[in-house]
Amino acid sequence: MDQITEVMLENGMKVHLKEIHTAPIISHWVWYRVGSRYETPGKTGISHWVEHMQFKGTPLFPAGILDRAISRDGGVWNAFTYMDWTTFFETMPASKIDLALRLESDRMVNSRYDPEEVTSERTVVISEREGSENEPLFRLEEAVESAAFESHPYRNEVIGSLEDLHAIQRDDLYAHYRKYYNPSNAVLAIAGDFDTPTMLNRIREVYSKIPGSPVPPLAIPREAPLKAEKRIEVHGPGETTYLDVAYRAPAASDPAFFILSVLDSLLTGPSSLNMFGGGGISNKTSRLYRALVEKELAISVSGGLQATFDPYLYAISVTGRPDVDPDLVVSRIDEEIERLQNTLVPQEEIDRAVKQARALFAYGSENITNQGFWLGYTEMFDTYTWFSEYVTRLQAVTPEMVRHAAQTMLNRSARVVGIYLPEGSES
Amino acid sequence: MNKFSDIKISSLPGPQDIHRKVLSNGIVILTRENFQSPSVVLSGLLGAGSLFDSKEKLGLAYFTSMALMRGTRSMDFQTLYNRLESAGASLGFAASVHNTNFGGKALSEDLPLLISTLADCLLHPVFPDVYITRLRAQIISGLTIRAQDTGEMAALTFDRILFGDHPYARPEDGFIETVQGITRDDLVGFHQSHYGPENLVIVVVGAVTPEEVFGLVEKELGGWKNPALASAPSLPQIPHLPNSVREHVEIAGKSQTNLVMGTLGPKRNAPEYLAATLGNNILGQFGMMGRIGDAVREKAGLAYYASTSLNSWIESGSWEVSAGVNPVNLEKAIQLIIQELHRFTSEPVSQNELEDGQDNFIGRLPLSLESNAGVANSILNLERFNLGLDYLQKYPERIMQITPEEILKTAQMHIDPGKLAIVSAGTESKVEDA
Repeated sequence: MDQITEVMLENGMKVHLKEIHTAPIISHWVWYRVGSRYETPGKTGISHWVEHMQFKGTPLFPAGILDRAISRDGGVWNAFTYMDWTTFFETMPASKIDLALRLESDRMVNSRYDPEEVTSERTVVISEREGSENEPLFRLEEAVESAAFESHPYRNEVIGSLEDLHAIQRDDLYAHYRKYYNPSNAVLAIAGDFDTPTMLNRIREVYSKIPGSPVPPLAIPREAPLKAEKRIEVHGPGETTYLDVAYRAPAASDPAFFILSVLDSLLTGPSSLNMFGGGGISNKTSRLYRALVEKELAISVSGGLQATFDPYLYAISVTGRPDVDPDLVVSRIDEEIERLQNTLVPQEEIDRAVKQARALFAYGSENITNQGFWLGYTEMFDTYTWFSEYVTRLQAVTPEMVRHAAQTMLNRSARVVGIYLPEGSES
Repeated sequence: MNKFSDIKISSLPGPQDIHRKVLSNGIVILTRENFQSPSVVLSGLLGAGSLFDSKEKLGLAYFTSMALMRGTRSMDFQTLYNRLESAGASLGFAASVHNTNFGGKALSEDLPLLISTLADCLLHPVFPDVYITRLRAQIISGLTIRAQDTGEMAALTFDRILFGDHPYARPEDGFIETVQGITRDDLVGFHQSHYGPENLVIVVVGAVTPEEVFGLVEKELGGWKNPALASAPSLPQIPHLPNSVREHVEIAGKSQTNLVMGTLGPKRNAPEYLAATLGNNILGQFGMMGRIGDAVREKAGLAYYASTSLNSWIESGSWEVSAGVNPVNLEKAIQLIIQELHRFTSEPVSQNELEDGQDNFIGRLPLSLESNAGVANSILNLERFNLGLDYLQKYPERIMQITPEEILKTAQMHIDPGKLAIVSAGTESKVEDA
């Protein structure tokens, strides 16, 4: 089912191709190993700002031209910056995809970083941060992350701190760009309606001429485990209490990640890993929904497990009820986790999680952009087999593994409990 | 200008592959098969919208729609959701002004489960007391969160100013005070008077044949009747604003101010609708958000986003600009937007802009229709607005016929830059504190 072609170009760029002929559409993705994980103190947010600057044009494709060309062809394009990666995609009618190859190869090396554009983009990025600050959940997450890590850059938000966004200069941005944007630090992933040999020839023509300059792998010292429960409070506007209970999670490439995925599914319901389409499945029969929402202790509950290069966090997030003490909610979460630590779950519950994952992947496969996404995304923390074998690896999880994972990974004396406390509305 | 050669008109959904059937009780079923992925999408609506809500019980249609799945005669809440979630399937209902909409998806082997659950929730909800109390608390919590959301509060206030006494002026999910007053009896009554087969439309797209879809719906819903179904009330006229109205919603402690400004727009069936959407694309969507994005974000760097949207419904619509800005830049952004609206209503768009927009509209058709959900929503709109099954196939030709003069005429018909509703929500500029 999952036939893909993998090629390494001489300049070090990895290429993944997947032919899909269900619609006359092609999705073209370039992934760079750069994101907030690669940032140093004083420069937080620089990767995301660089991503913005990549839309400001090259001598060959000045800013307005690109936009116009893609939109005229009925394409969509966008970019995302995350902790471990930055990615740029174009999804176009199949006959128009050459534009994506030409523009992505061009802006891999020729972006201008005009000082005036840097100035106007500074306020745009700050405005993006201000939009996030309006959300209590962003404020809580930012505080939880910085409490959960002492030194690892995962402690910083991808958007960066306001101070750094004011301090970063044009030359900082340009140097960051030149260091990380090159073929040997990139993965090219193309999915859709094309013929592989023809596409491969064209890729060689366009991308092979760009010299690669390998970026030495960044070895970030592993953080010591949390030694105690840390409690933090964030105070802000509103009338709603939010709760984040965060545990250190394994890296995506760690086999334990799949066990935690099952555990998460049992606790808070199945999470869709598709970034583009497919939708989700409700979680009303999950253990924590039944323990918290059905018992009128919370309005909603969800789980967050993200596929990352280094160990990051698994967080249980709760929207509270005004009449319920957050500590009571935490103690009920603990009871449910203890149940998983002390009792073997029925095999049927695991089977159910597997079927849910299978359905979510089927929904996501309707969409070629989403398939292109998976083709490159998995390379940022593991390999494509992570995706193609995902369901099989969930099937291999046993009740004993789930119990062991609950005992070792969801340890109440090694976590961050973050509470957003509303100051009440002042109008 | 050569888009037709790139798009196979016959591959777009049309009369040749959209199958439509009307059951004897009035239910309309539309379906299109797609065996390329082993899943199915369900989408549909019935005429039970918030336009039936009294002002005192605003939110009743929405509350009722949310309560349908809290238990039926044959299944309690946990049983119902256990069946769906165990299959990796989903189903949900939510009311809008005219309709209660529903949507779901499943692996194709589970379509019978999805349709039977849909039927059970539509026909036999029991609205258990304990779940009504719980749901009320959840809805009120949502409204409390909404009151802190600068974007939502700006949009809600904008609708109130623009639509006068019409239901479009009021949020479907109601207000805290109105939801507090809604009882279980209200839900039961609303369900009895407003849920029936006559105005029910069901769309299924995916790995299933039309015969199977028709058979399943006939089996589960073919016998449904509701002689007590109420007819829609006549709705008040929507007056035009005599002059611009400026309002600010103060929400403490926010970094960003959200701005929504604009006017009434064409209804979906208006003859000028397509010219308006194309004009809207040029004004605030094309590329990085059209002319307004270019002026406010790209040139002035004032906002992360600044774009326009045209919302067209049965009786009217809105044509609005939204932006998120730092409070100190708010007035500057408003002035830039008004300047662009002046330009848009005083001179025709250029030939280049027109062609950009036309190419974009036609070129993006395959992308918007690649997923089952995209196809299902398009088909539902064809039925809902009476557009005809050949609408998508005729669409490219119609788009190509639009002229700059027509867009200008449409813009002038709807937008008067001196008569705008202008709403901001956020924390008043910090400069004032000094």
